Amino acid sequence: MRLTRTALAAVAVCTALAGAAACGGSGGAPGNSADAGTYTFWDPYPQFDGSSAWAKLVGTCGTRAGVTVKRTAYDTTDLGNKALLAAQQGNAPDVMLVDNPVVSTLVDAGILNKMTEVGVPTGSIQQNIIGAGVVGGAPYGVPIGANTLALYYNKNVLAAAHVDPASVTTWDALTAALRKVKAVGRKGITFSAIGTEEGSFQFLPWFWGAKGDLTHLDDADGQAALSLWKDWVDQGLAPNDVLNNTQTTSWQEFATGQYAFGENGTWQLANAKKAGFPYGVIAIPARDGGAAPAPTGGEFVTVPVQKDTARYATSAKIVSCLTSDANLLSTDTTLSYVAPTQSVQNQQTSAAAELKPWVEAVAAARGRTSDGLGTRYPVISQQLWGAVQAALSGSKSPASALEAAQKAAANHQS
Amino acid sequence: MTITHADGRQGPPAVPGGPDADPGSASARGSHDRRDRGGPWSSRTAAWAFLAPVIAYLGAFYAYPLYRNADLSLRHYTVRSFVQGDAPFSGWDNFHQVVRDATFATALRNTFVFTLASILFQYGIGLALAVFFNRNFRLAPTLRALFLIPWLLPLIVSASTWSWMLNSESGVVNYALHLMGFGKVDWLTSPSWALTSVIIANIWIGIPFNLVILYSGLQTIPAELYEAASLDGANTWQQFRRITFPLLRPVSAITVLLGLIYTLKVFDLIWIMTRGGPGDASSTLATWSYRLGFGSLLPAFGPGAAVGNILILIALLFGLLYIQVQRRQSR
Repeated sequence: MRLTRTALAAVAVCTALAGAAACGGSGGAPGNSADAGTYTFWDPYPQFDGSSAWAKLVGTCGTRAGVTVKRTAYDTTDLGNKALLAAQQGNAPDVMLVDNPVVSTLVDAGILNKMTEVGVPTGSIQQNIIGAGVVGGAPYGVPIGANTLALYYNKNVLAAAHVDPASVTTWDALTAALRKVKAVGRKGITFSAIGTEEGSFQFLPWFWGAKGDLTHLDDADGQAALSLWKDWVDQGLAPNDVLNNTQTTSWQEFATGQYAFGENGTWQLANAKKAGFPYGVIAIPARDGGAAPAPTGGEFVTVPVQKDTARYATSAKIVSCLTSDANLLSTDTTLSYVAPTQSVQNQQTSAAAELKPWVEAVAAARGRTSDGLGTRYPVISQQLWGAVQAALSGSKSPASALEAAQKAAANHQS
Repeated sequence: MTITHADGRQGPPAVPGGPDADPGSASARGSHDRRDRGGPWSSRTAAWAFLAPVIAYLGAFYAYPLYRNADLSLRHYTVRSFVQGDAPFSGWDNFHQVVRDATFATALRNTFVFTLASILFQYGIGLALAVFFNRNFRLAPTLRALFLIPWLLPLIVSASTWSWMLNSESGVVNYALHLMGFGKVDWLTSPSWALTSVIIANIWIGIPFNLVILYSGLQTIPAELYEAASLDGANTWQQFRRITFPLLRPVSAITVLLGLIYTLKVFDLIWIMTRGGPGDASSTLATWSYRLGFGSLLPAFGPGAAVGNILILIALLFGLLYIQVQRRQSR
């Protein structure tokens, strides 16, 4: 009997723990101190420690504004929820760098200030890059840089299959190239179709390249894009494990040297140089030719709402310092990002010519939450990656998968 | 629960009563607790003082999170009302929403298949290994230690390793199948195999736990029983059937129950290996709850908490069932 009670207590405890941990109770986060001379700063760059150039830049910008900046780095998937919890507890950081699609969610939560309210000018930023941070016509952050997706190709594999990368400008040309590559015993293309935001991010260039509309997932254009991916997987032009690939594992596949094409981002440039084979980059083709709009990636500098509004003046100085042209150049070089302003982009391309296709890709790119989509995007995106998974795994046809996704997105209770 | 129990058995240590103890309060207490015969007031205070840290701990880390989870599931949360803390009470709306969701039936079915299949094989293999190692042959301790490895590895390591091994393009499992002349299997990416794959990995992880507990249970069975049985001419199977298994029943019950609780809430293994995919093919209530709460850019805290609470209720149900069985056995 004693054993029984102990066991029951253990059971109660286990489940309580599991339930609470899985369903998010309240969690403390180190927040800002009321100290007027110390400003808190959060970013999603845990790869940069205190001695990195980025951390030093953050510190210097604080010193220039006459305060000490206390920087904390979080994992990027964690930062959005951390920010919500911190705001709930009333200790949001003074300045925060967040992934661009999270901005509209945080604005919806009412925890970000308009840039005009804190006095940070955003006029020089490219429209399509700042788009992800614009809600109701007002920008709520300044992009620190942008990245996007393109197709990396392996020159050796294409040469062996006698494919000219310059000819790959439409879907048909791309599929034909993949067939040729497969015919010589190499592998076609790898991408990430995993059931998370990454999967949607990678699918969007094809979806938009067919002129798909995120508010009508199931129209013929969307189906065409999903059918393209499905046919590749069915015909063995793309491996079956794309369903489980993150962008990192997809890159690892491409880096084996077996694949002709790999859909990946600007941030892999440094790894591409280490891959050990000659590579090139082309824009992702739209269905009928030209470059498809890819989604923009990259972070925004934001100023969360504080009780003490007097702090905004100093926060604005820190933001302006971080996004000044000179600092953007060094930051975006470190991050391997494309700068959000024309003038810095010119400096980047003159320093490194290999960035040219990326600057063009960013110019054609689109924010995921742009065009007034805002917080409807996360809901749609979740259904979209679900449809991609259902179609590629063969549990539904592309048409019925997208139909179900559209229905679920439309019925979603906000 | 354990606390009151232990307290009831031993009672607070009696401090020699002082002559100046307040007789009024002593008699009042005497009516509550006859063992505390007119002890000084400080003895009761001391008892509470000893209890206070535990009560505070249980309250802060178990009761409050549970309350918060229940509260989350009964309110209509948006990101804005989450921050401002003014979410309107919405009764059972979140529960209605998740139960009507197409994922619910799949997740519930997967949870039961995952749990029952895991427990069955973990227990069966664990028991077989425990009986095997109980013979104490040479190298037995070494081999037993080797079997503990899955338990010692961090879950992220074992889950990632399984995920690599089962990769449909470059995994070692498909390579072995290929060498044996079989076609490739899309372990993690086919809707018909994904659940099986995570179950296999979970069985492997759960065997050591069953092995250790059942092995220690076997040690408590007196060797004379086996000697007597063999004198009576019982063969090995009969010995297992008539001695080992019945005498192991209390230990088995606790092993299976704890396994049940562990397995119901398994999240990390599935998340790392398949993210609950493809589609919902390997989603369980635990992964679905996480996905609702944290898996997208726009968290749905209310429905996520509702699924978590359903999971807690299921676990509680099994706990009560276990107690019922125990009561019947002890009568």
